[in-house]
Amino acid sequence: MWVYVKQLEYPVRVSRPDLEMAKNIFAQFGGPDSEFSASWRYLTQAWIMPSGVAKSIVIDIGTEELAHLEMVGTMIDLLLGDATPEQMDKAGLGAHYVEHGRSLFLHDAAGVPWTSSYVQAHDDPITNLRENMAAEQKARTTYEHLICKTNDEQVRKTLAWLREREVVHFQRFGEALDRVQERMSRRPHF
Amino acid sequence: MAVNPVADLVREMQTWHFVALELNLFLDTHPANRRALEDYNRAARRFRELWERYEREVGPLMDHGFSESPGEWQWPKGPWPINTGM
Ligand SMILES: [Fe+2]
Repeated sequence: MWVYVKQLEYPVRVSRPDLEMAKNIFAQFGGPDSEFSASWRYLTQAWIMPSGVAKSIVIDIGTEELAHLEMVGTMIDLLLGDATPEQMDKAGLGAHYVEHGRSLFLHDAAGVPWTSSYVQAHDDPITNLRENMAAEQKARTTYEHLICKTNDEQVRKTLAWLREREVVHFQRFGEALDRVQERMSRRPHF
Repeated sequence: MAVNPVADLVREMQTWHFVALELNLFLDTHPANRRALEDYNRAARRFRELWERYEREVGPLMDHGFSESPGEWQWPKGPWPINTGM
């Protein structure tokens, strides 16, 4: 089961509210390659994973992604600050204000709502692990685009840290894939 | 029926965890209720004792540094409750 820990995995600071950047960062809250997609892609695969190594890696990384979702949400909330409806309108968040006010919601940078068709889970562990490695690459690229979109050193620092985590996750999924392939080659499979 | 001490320990942990969880929700909306607070603390203490016993006798319960792994890396070792239902 899961519990909540009242501590962020890494500090989130912003120099000043920045509504355009808040809108951009929604990409990593409810977009295709978001932390939400990452967490539930990996966690739904846990039941089918065939070994302790494969199971623990999707559960441990999937759980870390939930902590990243929390950080991304905190970043958006701080960047929104106490924006007025007019300011949100000017930043392209007018429709978001109408439907959600200043609340977070699972949609991407363009306001498109999250859908489970962004993710995949199969009963083939190799298929899953390759899916996950691709997902980590896509999330890394998205963080790189986000870093290019801001001059706020504090925001860049948090984004760079999150980007780094995607690199580590890619590495660990790759190692889990090696272990699974090794295990499967020891006995006949069809 | 076969005796399964681990299953019994898990069942007892689930019982005390549920008592604590239920009182947690109640206290969130009734923070001034002293009786509920005392019951919560008693359940939390009992749960922690059982938690420590489980980790001593069976293995780590949490990932991400919330549990130690004496001797060797025990975390990937089964059985996993998502597959056994226990
Ligand atoms: Fe990741």
